[in-house]
Amino acid sequence: MAKATTQKGLAFQDLILTLQNYWAAQGCLILQPYDDQMGAGTFHPATTLRALGPRPWNAAFVQPSRRPSDGRYGENPNRLQHYYQYQVILKPAPENVQELYLGSIRAIGLDPDVHDIRFVEDDWESPTLGAAGLGWEVWCDGMEITQFTYFQQVGGIECDPVCAEITYGLERLAMYVQDVEFVYDLKFNDQFRYGEVFHQAEQEFSAYNFERADTEILFQHFKDAEKQCRELLSGKKLALPAYDQCIKASHAFNLLDARGVISVTERAAYIGRVRALAQACCEAWLETPMGEYKPRFG
Amino acid sequence: MPDLLLELFSEEIPARMQAGAARDLERLMVGALTDRGYLFDGAKAFAGPRRLTLAIAGLPAKQKDVREELKGPKTDAPQAAIDGFLKKTGLTRDQLRIEKTPKGDVYMAVIERAGRDTPHVLAEIIPEVMAKLPWPKSMRWKPGSPVRWVRPLHSILCTFDGELVPFSFAGISSGLHTRGHRFLSEGKIEAKRFDDYAQKLKAAHVVLEAEERSAIIFEGVKQAAFVHGLEMIPDEGLLAEVSGLAEWPVVYIGTIQDEFMDVPAEILQTSMRTHQKYFSLREPQTSKNMPGRMANRFALVANMIARDGGKEIVAGNERVLRARLSDAKFFWDEDRKTRLAARVEKLKGIVFHAKLGTQFERVERIEKLAGEIAHLIGADVEMAKRAAHLCKADLTSGVVGEFPELQGVMGRYYALHDEENADVADAIRDHYKPVGPSDAVPTEKVAIAVALADKLDALTGFFAAGEKPTGSGDPFALRRAALGVIRIILENKLPVRLVSLYFEAAPGRHPTMKGAILSNLQEMIFRSSLRIHKNEGAFPADLGSKIVSDGITLLLFFIERLKVILKDKGIRHDLIDAVFGVGYEDNLVRLVARVEALQAFLKSDDGANLLAGYKRAANILKVEEKKDAKTFISEVSEIHLTEPAEKALFAALAKAKAAITPLLQKEDFAAAMQQMAALRVPVDAFFDGVKVNADDRQVRENRLNLLASLRATLHQVADFGKIEG
Repeated sequence: MAKATTQKGLAFQDLILTLQNYWAAQGCLILQPYDDQMGAGTFHPATTLRALGPRPWNAAFVQPSRRPSDGRYGENPNRLQHYYQYQVILKPAPENVQELYLGSIRAIGLDPDVHDIRFVEDDWESPTLGAAGLGWEVWCDGMEITQFTYFQQVGGIECDPVCAEITYGLERLAMYVQDVEFVYDLKFNDQFRYGEVFHQAEQEFSAYNFERADTEILFQHFKDAEKQCRELLSGKKLALPAYDQCIKASHAFNLLDARGVISVTERAAYIGRVRALAQACCEAWLETPMGEYKPRFG
Repeated sequence: MPDLLLELFSEEIPARMQAGAARDLERLMVGALTDRGYLFDGAKAFAGPRRLTLAIAGLPAKQKDVREELKGPKTDAPQAAIDGFLKKTGLTRDQLRIEKTPKGDVYMAVIERAGRDTPHVLAEIIPEVMAKLPWPKSMRWKPGSPVRWVRPLHSILCTFDGELVPFSFAGISSGLHTRGHRFLSEGKIEAKRFDDYAQKLKAAHVVLEAEERSAIIFEGVKQAAFVHGLEMIPDEGLLAEVSGLAEWPVVYIGTIQDEFMDVPAEILQTSMRTHQKYFSLREPQTSKNMPGRMANRFALVANMIARDGGKEIVAGNERVLRARLSDAKFFWDEDRKTRLAARVEKLKGIVFHAKLGTQFERVERIEKLAGEIAHLIGADVEMAKRAAHLCKADLTSGVVGEFPELQGVMGRYYALHDEENADVADAIRDHYKPVGPSDAVPTEKVAIAVALADKLDALTGFFAAGEKPTGSGDPFALRRAALGVIRIILENKLPVRLVSLYFEAAPGRHPTMKGAILSNLQEMIFRSSLRIHKNEGAFPADLGSKIVSDGITLLLFFIERLKVILKDKGIRHDLIDAVFGVGYEDNLVRLVARVEALQAFLKSDDGANLLAGYKRAANILKVEEKKDAKTFISEVSEIHLTEPAEKALFAALAKAKAAITPLLQKEDFAAAMQQMAALRVPVDAFFDGVKVNADDRQVRENRLNLLASLRATLHQVADFGKIEG
């Protein structure tokens, strides 16, 4: 549908490149996606762990995000079980962080002089990470294009200094910029549509998430990850490998949830177990050299 | 006199918190200044998306001087006591004065504190006030500092009499500058006085006052709608919210695509309001009782005068709305593929409350109860049961999943689609009513039966589960449910008794609780509740019956709510107690009629004087009954009446009694009290001309019996002894 209108705006990959260049120019490390399946960019250790402790940290990266229960077999215009987030993490939050952000949306072609940009209250909380923050969703002409959060707590630990986390939902943003109503119509580059890249994956993974994923295996994955995480945090602690196991447990839980085999009461208990792992990893991280970094000079 | 100007400029403040923050800032500053002896002409606070502003007019340039005299120890007191006094006052011994008192010489300290310059005082109190400002939710943002604000604070502007008041908060030094609109202005603005400040802000596209922003939006939407031959659907809550989302509100009109216009208006409206904060528009009213049809236009409020006249903004918003409404329409289309009746079974999967089972079980209870109530109030029993059976089924629909506030409304649509009876469909919608003090109660009998059943089931269930509201929390909205029950009964004048309804609804009723046993239990609940309510007795310790003790707790809860309702209607609480005082009356309609008649009666001269006469009689009786250690209840003996005034009172009482009894039976309380009014003259004459405590024992007792007869007559309507004044 409506192929003619898709000629407008940046191609999907150009949108990413533009954001990469923009945030690189602001002094951010440009990191790569984390190589584990996770529900949101916030799970990337570059956010979760680096948000803690006194050491300054400025990073930006794309993170593929998996939300098994959002799968729609490729039939919904904008719901996906796999999508991309663009995440910027700035610690401490610079005083002009809102201006920096507005610069990024100018860079991708949304001119605040002809659009209506608003910061609308939306606080963020992740029960699985024991994390919470205050902030806004940013609206462009009534469309939510970004989540903007000042972290107050991660892994149950107070953040000091406080960092700013900026998360762009890339598909949604691209749909707005390109004036496209069906995500698969997005122009990925000059030759490819988003659908050509991902439609089959959405169909197959929806079937996997909802029908085929072996729940016994997944329950075992969850237990194994939990056990390994605990082991890595006893004796000589290995915070980073332990945190990998926490991510794996979280994803196994998300798949089990999508399979509908976790009851309402069990759900809270599972979330609590992942949170306990995340908290333990965060505490361990603070004891590591990078977590507890103290400036050597001055 | 000089003025104070204070502006606290931050990143975007949540709309819902702005008005409260302005009030708190004003309250705390006014409090801090009055505590320090200041008087001033006026204070006004303003709040908007990025700033809190406070202007105080006519604030003196200097604090008042304070002179304080403190009495110290005697001059011959131990040294330690004198040292302590010196330490406390900060004076030396030769600065103390000695004063002679009858008890000996004592030291006096005179402390004079010169008033400080106001800017110094302000510089001290403003940071304190800022630290105390109670945001519903606030955050840290300064590295290494526990200081909190709603979002990062950027600047503080503070002047007194046009001069900077220097202080700092959160590492930010106060200054003379602020900023205008985020996109429609550039650079810093200097302001030293309020008028100048407000003007410069307006030039920089910031409307300071929320009321003004709200008026601009209201007028803007109205005008824009008018241009399209439409009118705005009023929405106070939305208006307040969007007033907090724009410093420079600009109204634009967008179009809803035709394909969505056959979706029920409530869905469109709710989707537009909750997700997008748009105003819905409608066609002008054509007839008196039918509001105009929902229009295919909406009004949006932007914070921007766009360079292109708003073309992009409108197009963007229309696009977003299209996606939103596609979702809503999808749910609406899908929902109608399943009959409401087929959804009831799915309620087994929805837990209502861990202790009260699933929604399915709840519906079973409501269905039974609605049938009983329908029987009591003369509604069609089968229809009431049908409506109750279906009343929660829409909870499993997609639309209600997306917009929980449309529960009931959607049930009605689906019922009509399934060709259920129209009264049944209306009852499904109306059984949640009233949802608040300003909401109407259902008036159709089928709806009344289901509405009462729904609320009574929740009340009895939660009370039995030990989940009654506490002082701080009412998570299941049981106060609202009880108020709803009372209003439905009163406004529809339903001849039902509260305690009987309780037994219909209460869980755990034993099969033997019927007939006389049930009546006794009912009366016991009523009487125990009243005794506890009047602080005349404690909660019965061991009733051995949970249904009875829960009933007492619940009835007490109802009595409190009833008093709230009557108080709102301007009825005195002592009159309610007076009517409660005379016996078992849990028919609310009768109870309130009685209270209202009593209040009207007491406002008349006859009523006020009769009350005075009653009090005199009651006081005499109280004293004499105590003296004689007996209660006077015997018949008045006519032959022992000697004085004309007592004969007249006796005759008047006989006449009044004869007239009052049938009137009370007819529940005509106003007329009954009219009859009582006739007693006023003979009562006054009695006290003027007759000495109650006559020397003759028989005459005295007879007169006391006469007064007791007066007391008893009045008590038929209310316990006048409970009336104050």
